[in-house]
Amino acid sequence: MDQTAQLVPINWYLLLSTFLFCIGVMGVLFRRNAIIILMCIELMLNSVNLLLVAFSAYSGNSDGQVFVFFIMVVAAAEVAVGLALLISIYRNIGSTDIDVLNKLKW
Amino acid sequence: MYTLIYTCGLGLLCLVAEILNLRKLLIPVILAGLAAIFFVNYMDWQMAGPVILGGIDMSHMLQVDHFAVAFNAILIGAAALLFTLSGNFYKDEPQHLSDYLAILIFILCGAMVLTSFTSLVMLFLGIEIVSISLYIMAGSRKFDIRSNEAGFKYFLMGSFASAILLFGIALIYGSAGSFELPKIAAYAAASGMANPMFLVGSLLMVVALLFKVAAVPFHFWSPDVYEGSPSLVTTMMATLVKISFFAAFYKLMSGGLLGIDGYTSDILVLVAAATMIIGNLVALTQDNFKRLLAYSGISHAGYMLLAILSIKTNSSSALFFYGASYMLATIGAFAVAIPVFNATGKETIDAFDGLGRKKPMLAGLLTMSMLSLAGIPPLAGFLGKYYIFSEAIKNGYVVLTVLAVLASIVGVYYYFKVILAMYTKHGDESDVRPTMLYTLVMLICVGLSLLLGVWPGGLMGII
Repeated sequence: MDQTAQLVPINWYLLLSTFLFCIGVMGVLFRRNAIIILMCIELMLNSVNLLLVAFSAYSGNSDGQVFVFFIMVVAAAEVAVGLALLISIYRNIGSTDIDVLNKLKW
Repeated sequence: MYTLIYTCGLGLLCLVAEILNLRKLLIPVILAGLAAIFFVNYMDWQMAGPVILGGIDMSHMLQVDHFAVAFNAILIGAAALLFTLSGNFYKDEPQHLSDYLAILIFILCGAMVLTSFTSLVMLFLGIEIVSISLYIMAGSRKFDIRSNEAGFKYFLMGSFASAILLFGIALIYGSAGSFELPKIAAYAAASGMANPMFLVGSLLMVVALLFKVAAVPFHFWSPDVYEGSPSLVTTMMATLVKISFFAAFYKLMSGGLLGIDGYTSDILVLVAAATMIIGNLVALTQDNFKRLLAYSGISHAGYMLLAILSIKTNSSSALFFYGASYMLATIGAFAVAIPVFNATGKETIDAFDGLGRKKPMLAGLLTMSMLSLAGIPPLAGFLGKYYIFSEAIKNGYVVLTVLAVLASIVGVYYYFKVILAMYTKHGDESDVRPTMLYTLVMLICVGLSLLLGVWPGGLMGII
């Protein structure tokens, strides 16, 4: 398919996007600021995009690239809702630190 | 297929009704629309086949088979019951009624995509339509910090799970070269077990779906979100959404990953056992009614995982019957609980104290719903459990089934906690006054539970 893309072996793309995905997971698990957590989720989604585009270019099948557009649209919708929820939290408690979200516990 | 399009149209109509100032007519129009959609869905049963839209064959994306039509039918029924409850629920916020109702209809759209997908693209879109709408609804009490917290927690956990699902989809696409379930199934049968990338991809997808159905150890979000969300949204999450995720899970496992059954079933056995044990044991210690039903939902997810484990013998009928009986019992319970919460102003189990003396009918109906959830004959919940357990035994999961029976005996205890509170304790003099529509929903739910309990042939075996 695309000759220049294929100069790099597919495994390298796989390693790179797994690495980015893991950075995203670590960020979600260990950061306490809600906005940074949102960014880390975006990083996870974008590493998936990279992987899909790489697979798609290697196999000569364009489905993967179309799916990337779907992911981008859904990610935009998700972030819009997430930020809206965050704003209503900020209005009520004046903080974006997720440790203050402790009203619901058994 | 047209079912989905008309449902989407009904949601848009709801948004337009806001502009045209038709708020008063909204609930009757939606219920009439849902009745029409139910009929369109029934017509699909007669002519199930390839989906052709505008001359293009869509069956590589969606397929309307008997499985999809049957699940759509019970989802539409559940949605109709929930909309009957919703008019009164949002009466303090009439200016947002049409927005909320539109979002609830879009959840139904997403659920319909989940029952009929044949491509992982549609699976992802269906999950996201349902989830994003639910994030909004969970946080829809904007000035209540608990609702905010529930919405944001659900959002963080849900989008994390979606990212994991996507990584799994990408790995499966990389190994099988396609998003379509039949091609993935062919690949899985031929060389799935030999390709670690495919196995990791399937594992990630299974984990993400277990997350969505709130199975242990991925259940931590569920009690918090159930407790903080408005009660009507909790009802929707516990019934319609949970059953649609299970339908999607079943479809994915039976239509795509059957070839690596030996690999996934080992994980699912452990998860099902942990879900049944932990769900039931932690439920014993709860004193908030919504949290109690959240843990009860977790334990019911464990029983439904038994049906997912027995896909080899086509357990879809058992899952379908169980889903229907679980939805009827849970909606019936919440239809009683919402007026009680409103009257007493608290959501703990002691809100029900003395209800048996004050309102014998309400207490009786709630007792029936609780008994159905606990699985006591002659209610539908008992037969649901019976069918699922017999499927599991047919597939050789004897130890797991014994565990499930023991776990459901433990479950009887916490359902009786509510019943005992109603009949043996003295409550305050708060006046519980459900509207006509709430009473109607309670009667329909309990009546259908009894009917299915004595005549299971109405739903069992039609798929």
